[in-house]
Amino acid sequence: MSSSPTPELLDKLAERLGSHLLRRDAFRGEATVVVAPQAWLETCRFLKEDPELAFGLLVDLTVVDLQALGGSPRFELVAHLYSIRKRHRIRLKTPVPEDQAQVPSLTPLWKNANWLEREAWDMFGVRFLGHPELRRILLYPEFEGHPLRRDYPLRKRQPLVAERDVEEPRSMVSEPVRYPVDPRFKTFGV
Amino acid sequence: MGLMEGLDNSVVTGRLDSALGWARKFSLFNLPFVTACCGMEYMSVQGAHYDMDRFGAAFPRFSPRQSDLLMVVGTISLKMAPVLVKVYQQMCEPKWVVSFGVCTISGGFYDNYCTLMGIDRVIPVDMYIPGCPPRPEMVLDGLQKLQEKIQRSPHPLTSGERHRDSPDSSHRA
Amino acid sequence: MKPIPQEPPRDHMFLNMGPSHPAMHGIIKIQLELDGETIVGSQVEIGYLHRGFEKTCENRTYTQVIPYTDRLNYVSPLINEVGFCLAVEKLFGLNVTRRCQYIRVLMSEISRITDHLTCIGASAMELGAVSAFLYLIKARETLYDLIEEVSGARVMPNYIRVGGLKSDLPEGFEERTRLAMGEVRSVLDETHRLLTRNRIFVDRLSGLGVISAEDAVSHGFTGPCLRSTGIGYDVRQAEPYLVYDRLDFDVPVGETGDNYDRYLVRMEEMKQSLRIIEQCLAQMPQGPYQVDLDGREMTPSEVIEGMKAKPPLQPIRQARIRLSPDLEGTEKRSVQDVVADDKTVVFPPKEDTYGNIEGLMQHFKLVMYGHGIRPPRGEVYQAVEGGNGELGFYLVSDGTDLPYRLRCRGPCFHLMSGLSTMIEGETVADVVPTFGSINMIGGELDR
Repeated sequence: MSSSPTPELLDKLAERLGSHLLRRDAFRGEATVVVAPQAWLETCRFLKEDPELAFGLLVDLTVVDLQALGGSPRFELVAHLYSIRKRHRIRLKTPVPEDQAQVPSLTPLWKNANWLEREAWDMFGVRFLGHPELRRILLYPEFEGHPLRRDYPLRKRQPLVAERDVEEPRSMVSEPVRYPVDPRFKTFGV
Repeated sequence: MGLMEGLDNSVVTGRLDSALGWARKFSLFNLPFVTACCGMEYMSVQGAHYDMDRFGAAFPRFSPRQSDLLMVVGTISLKMAPVLVKVYQQMCEPKWVVSFGVCTISGGFYDNYCTLMGIDRVIPVDMYIPGCPPRPEMVLDGLQKLQEKIQRSPHPLTSGERHRDSPDSSHRA
Repeated sequence: MKPIPQEPPRDHMFLNMGPSHPAMHGIIKIQLELDGETIVGSQVEIGYLHRGFEKTCENRTYTQVIPYTDRLNYVSPLINEVGFCLAVEKLFGLNVTRRCQYIRVLMSEISRITDHLTCIGASAMELGAVSAFLYLIKARETLYDLIEEVSGARVMPNYIRVGGLKSDLPEGFEERTRLAMGEVRSVLDETHRLLTRNRIFVDRLSGLGVISAEDAVSHGFTGPCLRSTGIGYDVRQAEPYLVYDRLDFDVPVGETGDNYDRYLVRMEEMKQSLRIIEQCLAQMPQGPYQVDLDGREMTPSEVIEGMKAKPPLQPIRQARIRLSPDLEGTEKRSVQDVVADDKTVVFPPKEDTYGNIEGLMQHFKLVMYGHGIRPPRGEVYQAVEGGNGELGFYLVSDGTDLPYRLRCRGPCFHLMSGLSTMIEGETVADVVPTFGSINMIGGELDR
C-alpha cells in the first residue's frame, strides 16, 4: 500500500521546479524529492497551495547530520508533508552546508514550523531566516553547542546546579538495611 | 537545646519520641513532583487498588510550603534540576525525600547530555525506591520503610537534635 | 499567538504556571500575561523532560531501542513499540505473520484505552471530580493486569520485537480479555453517568479551548484534537497498517473543537477500541508469530534454535583488545562498580567477552538467538495512530546494526504549539481543563 503521490503529480512538481530539483527517489512506496536550498520556500508553497497536491499538513521537519557517513554537504533538512484530502505523503529534502547553515523559514506557511525549526536550531544549529524568535526549545539557554550533531559527545553534560559537596556515600541512609536472604537462592560470592 | 536536658535518653523521652514519631509517620503530606512514566505507577498507588491512604499518605499537597514528603517521581533533566532544588528548599522542616524510580536514583538508562544522574547529586534523599517503574507494592514497601525511619528519628523537642539540613545538625547535607 | 513583550503595560501581570504544577503534568511552564483574570498573551516553554531519546538511540542496537520507545508515550507504550518495529520492518521490506499482526493490533488498542482512561481521569480530577479518577484508574488496573500477563511488566511492556513479538499470548488470554473488556465497559458507563451530563463538567468544558479547523491543521494537530474540530483524519483508516483494513470500526468526529468535544471523542474512541478488540479475538488465526530475516515463518522451536545456521566460532585468544567506540559504556571500568557479582544474571564486560572463552560463553548463554539486526541502507517514515495523533518514526539506516538517525514525530509537540492559540482570551482557571484535554505526555513532547 503506497502513500506516494501519483507519478503524474510528481512529474508536475518536477516540471515546476526545473533545475532546482536535484534528485527524486522512491523507496518502499515513499516518494522523496531533493531540492536546492534556494527553492525551499517556493517548493513548499507550491506543494501546499496547488489544488491537486494540497499538502496542507506539515508532519515533521528535522535535520540529518551526514558527517559520519562522509556526506557533503553536512546537513540535510528533511520535511514530511501530508495531504489529508488526497491522502498522500511526500518527503522533501534539501542539502545544507555546514559553513552556511541557513535555510528560509517555513513559518509563513505552517504555524507548527515555528517550534519545529526552533528544535532544529537547538539540536543541530541550522538557522532559519525569517523565523520570528529562533531560540532553544528543548534545552536551556545556557547550554552551549548543538547536541544532536555527530561530533557532540553523548555524555557531555553542562549542569545548571552544582552538585552537592558531600563525601561518599551521598545518601542520608545512616545504617544499611539488611534483608533476610532465602537460603534456597544460590549466589556466586555475594 | 533539649527541653528535658537532665532526662537524656530516659524512658520519658523515649516514649515521647515514639509518640511523636508515630504521629509524624502516619500523617505524611506528600508533594508528588511527577515528571515522567513513574507517574503512572504513582497514580496507581494513589488509586483504589493499591491504596496509599491506608498508610496515612493520601493527600497530595502540591505546594512545598504545606507538604513534608517530597516524592520525586520520574526523570529529572538538567533543565529541571534547579526547579527541584528550589522546591526542596521551599519546604519546611521536617522534610523527607523519596526517590521514586531508577531515573531519580541514578539516571536510569538515560546516560546522556541532558539527564541528572540521580537526584542525590543535588538534594539529600531518604528512601530510594528502585524500579522502572516500581510496582505499586514496592512503593508501599518503600513507604513503610520510610515510616520506620521516621519513627526512629529523633525529635528536636526531646533530644536537641535538629533536622539534618539545619546548620547545627550533626547530619549535615 | 502574541508573544509576551519585554516591557509589560502597567496594568498587566505576568504569571508563571510553572514547571512544578499540580495538574499532574509537571513539566510545562506556561508564562501568562494577564489582564485581571483574562489571558492576553502566553508563552509555553517545554523541554523539562528532554531525555535525549534520539541521540541515545544512535548508540543502541535496534532491539535495545525498543525500551526507549516504550517511554515516549508512557501511557500507551505498545503503540510506540509497534510504530518503531513497523518502521524497521518497512526498511527490510518484511511482512510479519498474520497472527502477529492481530496480536499487535490487540495490544495497541488496549494501550489506546489506557491512554484515554488516564487522560480523562486526570482531567476530571483536576476539575475536582476525584471519584471519576478513581473509577477510571480501577479500570486501567484490569488492563495493566492483561499487559502484565502477556509481557511481564505493567507499564513498560517491551513486548514487540522486529520481526514478531517477544512471545505468544498465554493460555486463557482470550477469556480474561473479555472479562476485562466487560469491566472497562461498565466503568465507561458509570463515567458517562457521572460526567457527560454533569452541569459543572459541561459548563467548565464546553465553549472553551476552541480551535478552528484551519488553525488546527496549520499547527499540525492530528488525533482526537484534530478530529474534535471536524476533520476526520485517522491514520488507521487513511493509511491502514497491520490488519486495520480488515476490521470494522468508526472514527468519531466532533464539531466545535472545544474541550467538551475532545472529551466526547475520547470516550467514543474507547468504545470503538473495545469493538476492535472483540473483532481481533474473533478473527485471530492460530499459527506462527515470528518471521526470520528472510521473511520465512518460524515455529517456536526454530525461534529458540535459531543459532544453528550460524558458522562455528573462531578460537579466541587471550589478548589485549581495543574495543570499538560504539561499545562505549560496556567496558570493564564502566561496569564493575554497578553490576552484581552474579554470573548467571549479568553480561560480562566486553574485554571478557572478546578476550577469554568464559566471558564469551557467558555472553552467548545470555543472548540466545542473534543480535545486531542489520537493515539495508535507506530511510523510511512509518506513521501509526497513537493516543494523541499521528506518531511517526523516521529512520535512516546506514546498513550497520545501530540506527543512523531515529527521529520520533511526537503528536504532542504539535498540539502544544497550538496551546497558546487555544487559551488566548480565556481565564486562568480555564487553562487547566484545556491543558488536560490536550493530553500532553511529556515523553512524547520532549523526547
